[in-house]
Amino acid sequence: MNEPIIQFIDVHKSFAGPNGTVQKVLRGVNLGISTGMTTVIGGASGQGKSVAIKLILGLMKPDSGKILVEGKDVVSMDFDELNEVRSNFGVVFQGIAPFDSMTVYENVALPLQEKTKLSKSEIYKRVMASLEQFGLKGHEDKFPAQLSGGMLKRLGLARALQLQPKIMLFDEPTTGLDPARSWEIYRLFYKIQRELGYTAVIVSHDIPKIFNLADQVVVMHEGMAKVFNSSEEIQWSNDPIIQDFVQLTMGHVYQSRLENE
Amino acid sequence: MQIVLRQIENLGKFTLFHLSDLGSMGFFLLNSLRGIFRRPFRFAALLKEIRFIGAHSFTVIFFTALFTGMVLGVQGYYTLSKFGSEGLLGSAVALSLIRELGPVLTALMVTGRAGSAMCAELGIMRITQQMDALECMSIDLYRFLITPKFLATLIAVPLLTLMFDVVGIYGGYLTGVKLLGVNPGAFFSGMERSVVNKDINLGIIKSVVFAAVIVWICTGRGFLLHKSHLGFGAGSVSVATTKAVVLSSITVLIWDYLLTAMLL
Repeated sequence: MNEPIIQFIDVHKSFAGPNGTVQKVLRGVNLGISTGMTTVIGGASGQGKSVAIKLILGLMKPDSGKILVEGKDVVSMDFDELNEVRSNFGVVFQGIAPFDSMTVYENVALPLQEKTKLSKSEIYKRVMASLEQFGLKGHEDKFPAQLSGGMLKRLGLARALQLQPKIMLFDEPTTGLDPARSWEIYRLFYKIQRELGYTAVIVSHDIPKIFNLADQVVVMHEGMAKVFNSSEEIQWSNDPIIQDFVQLTMGHVYQSRLENE
Repeated sequence: MQIVLRQIENLGKFTLFHLSDLGSMGFFLLNSLRGIFRRPFRFAALLKEIRFIGAHSFTVIFFTALFTGMVLGVQGYYTLSKFGSEGLLGSAVALSLIRELGPVLTALMVTGRAGSAMCAELGIMRITQQMDALECMSIDLYRFLITPKFLATLIAVPLLTLMFDVVGIYGGYLTGVKLLGVNPGAFFSGMERSVVNKDINLGIIKSVVFAAVIVWICTGRGFLLHKSHLGFGAGSVSVATTKAVVLSSITVLIWDYLLTAMLL
């Protein structure tokens, strides 16, 4: 097992719900994400998967607990330290969050313009090469609203990879795509990770498909996280919660066959 | 008893919310000012904002100024002719425009046209996670998004105000001299005698203060949308924009009184 690059130590987080109620989303989460591997964080909707991503990035603060990135606690960092840590990350958001009043080219070029001292022509070369790599060549003057769902995801990936991050975070990367497109995106993930060797954290409820990619699976349920080191381990688990989860996410194939009979 | 307790609780909640809101707006202002000195400076973005806030406001400012001046010409003539002093029309029109109407009406028009747009743009960027995306690239949001708007408003509004004054005076000249037959020499020499540097300075100071008020409130309300409990999605952006326009218009008028009283 490699050194964990990201670690959650007893992390609690709750939100104010309607009428003064408190929703406890994370109740003492402990987990470690290993360097250079693909970790999939799964779980039903509303179990705090996206919250975990925001906590890692310091976009949210936990109520208590520590979140270590490369051994340093992001919770107690000030603005500049946090910026330093964030420069290790590439993030693909759930809705991609494209800069919608900029063109595809400007979206991908922005991190290079802001964070590197490359000349205009170098930036142009790099951006065009990466647009070609992600199948967006010929669309560079379009605006994000003019792209299809799959192209938008690829745009998000291209933008996030520009600064060659050590860690890539994907929040529900295939939401809203048809199965064929989802496979295409996963294959692209696999290919790019082999090339660049970053640590990948993928938040997804697309469990059966994403298992093929995962070196490590984290299942979030009822505010707790359980770590599994292979997809077999999770299917053999005798924890009733995990069994329920496996049945829910993977059992539908058999269920639908039953329904047809 | 319960009702009374709930009332007290609500009052406390209301006070706390507004205090923390005020605090957030204060921090926002400080960070925005700090953003001005952070590098790299986005010069192209500044020019783009000046073009949007300044140059694109030309038409609306031109027509507002022209018709305000024309009305002042007619109303002033009507009033002054009662005392047989139509010759003072020029100074009456010029003084009211330069000291009062120029800065205030320009500020209100810019609030409605550019302030609302700034608030809505930032609000949408907030709710669509574009700001999160920028933060994840470790880009300083204040320097990147707010600084160009701050500087552009501080540059454009005083210039628009001066333009308003010139066009307004010409409007007064059109109705007063061309339509109602006031002597053009009297119109302009009266103006020359009565308008002093102090009046023009007052107008410029006002316009700079108003610009700061507009850009602070409008960008702040959009930027802090996620903290302002205005609901979610498109609805929250529309409420925030409305609130920003109303609040900055009222604040402009309050500051107008304060500055007039202080600097008269």
